[in-house]
Amino acid sequence: MNALDISDLRKVYKNGFEALKGIDVSVAEGDFFALLGPNGAGKSTAIGIISSLVNKSSGRVEVFGHDLDRDPEGVKSCIGLVPQEFNFNMWEPIGEIVVNQAGFYGIPRKEAWQRAEESLRQLDLWDKRLQMSRTLSGGMKRRLMIARALVHRPKLLILDEPTAGVDIEIRRSMWEFMSELNRQGTTIILTTHYLEEAESLCRNIAIINQGRIVEHSRMDQLLHQLHTETFVLNLRDRITELPQLQGFELKRLDEQRVEVAVSSGQSINQLFEQLSSQGLGVTSLRNKQNRLEQLFMNMVESARNGALQ
Amino acid sequence: MTRYSRYWTAFRTIFTKELLRFTRIWLQTILPPVITTVLYYIIFGNLIGSRIGEMDGFRYIDFIVPGLILMAVITNSYSNVVSSFFSSKFQRHVEELIISPVPNWVILGGYVAGGVARGVMVGIAVTAVSLFFTDIQVQSYGWTLAVFTLTAILFSLAGFINAVYANSFDDISIIPTFILTPLTYLGGVFYSINMLPPIWQQISLANPILYMVNAFRYGLLGVSDISMGVALGIVFLFIIALTGFSLYLLNRGIGIKS
Repeated sequence: MNALDISDLRKVYKNGFEALKGIDVSVAEGDFFALLGPNGAGKSTAIGIISSLVNKSSGRVEVFGHDLDRDPEGVKSCIGLVPQEFNFNMWEPIGEIVVNQAGFYGIPRKEAWQRAEESLRQLDLWDKRLQMSRTLSGGMKRRLMIARALVHRPKLLILDEPTAGVDIEIRRSMWEFMSELNRQGTTIILTTHYLEEAESLCRNIAIINQGRIVEHSRMDQLLHQLHTETFVLNLRDRITELPQLQGFELKRLDEQRVEVAVSSGQSINQLFEQLSSQGLGVTSLRNKQNRLEQLFMNMVESARNGALQ
Repeated sequence: MTRYSRYWTAFRTIFTKELLRFTRIWLQTILPPVITTVLYYIIFGNLIGSRIGEMDGFRYIDFIVPGLILMAVITNSYSNVVSSFFSSKFQRHVEELIISPVPNWVILGGYVAGGVARGVMVGIAVTAVSLFFTDIQVQSYGWTLAVFTLTAILFSLAGFINAVYANSFDDISIIPTFILTPLTYLGGVFYSINMLPPIWQQISLANPILYMVNAFRYGLLGVSDISMGVALGIVFLFIIALTGFSLYLLNRGIGIKS
């Protein structure tokens, strides 16, 4: 059984804007799934429909076999949602926010406090349980929303840009936390603008653009489609003119840095050998762009060009 | 855990949340109506009332007590639900409820119970204060409690509908200022409609609050300008209509879903 099955899902808003133009998405149980797309592509609308915040115009949504039209309570029981924007009561203590959420899922108060303690400890917020939520920092507010979403132990966790605006240290600890949750069996759907986050965490991916799914595949298969990777090389010595290499085209960035495109058929060793034969040493190299980011941009741009034509 | 025990826990959670919300800020929610009512008793009851004389066979201060208590119940049950539900929309934490497996009738029940709790709490406080100014002998505890509770339910529902449609803080004060307060003041709180010319008596009968005030006065003093059967019938009719309409709004997601 799949964690999520969406077929021919459409959404037309009252102002006539067609946010989803018949999308099909499947997410297997236990998956860590990325749903990516540029701003306004339809990601949040799709998530809104799955989590019952947005009414669909047509189509079918099933979560762990529960049909959204026939059994909305079954669907809701399986889902935990961490939305993009803060949506908790700023005048309520943190502990109560989590306990109340458990109560909405029918968990009695005593057990709700035990679960809240578990979730808040996992996210390092238990000591702040009596504090009003408005007093938390941005990163803590994000973690509070994760703790709240986990209190009823959902089988499917939807994270809509969970690391937006948090510093790198917290982001990395959240990545570890999400990976551990996934290892323990929770299916996770992640939307993010940090594509390295999606690349390192997710096994499967769907890219949505202008209300349509333009890619739905395994992450490794998708990355394999990338024919060319661009590297930035830091050279040991300064150069005045670009060296001529066979099969590689170099671009000079400054006196000690060059950019080179390496296609999938080429070996990076050949590049180093040729540079070395011309007396040029390389002290370090890095990808110019994250691989997924490069693919993502290619897809979005080709869709944009197609629309223009 | 059965489905209904889940619903009961969800209902209790919403109700407790509401109860904590308004008791935490009792200086803004419980105390002001008590002070306002004390001022009414001092000014209209003692200072001016002694010059008015009797009304329907009662001292003026005794005559206005039921209306003043019910006015506090109406205002507080309405404002509790309208401000709480609108604020949950404004801060978007209503989404906590929408994504949870809570049926709409439980959501409505929880908010209405919160409104009734505040209406009843303020009503009891105002009644307690009135005992310092009057010496009322309750004629029928059954009628008094029934009207007290039904009125709080009715205005909690009305507050809920107002909150669903409200898009700004202005929208939650328009109805209380321009409709609720005039209807309450013209609903026989301070006078008997028998004092009015016949045409105004007829017009007053279109005011639903008149029926509630009179029914409550009947429970406390044993006198009413209108038939009790009609009064209760109208209150029930409004409760059924507003409940149905509130559930329709929630089921369609009007004001809370896109």
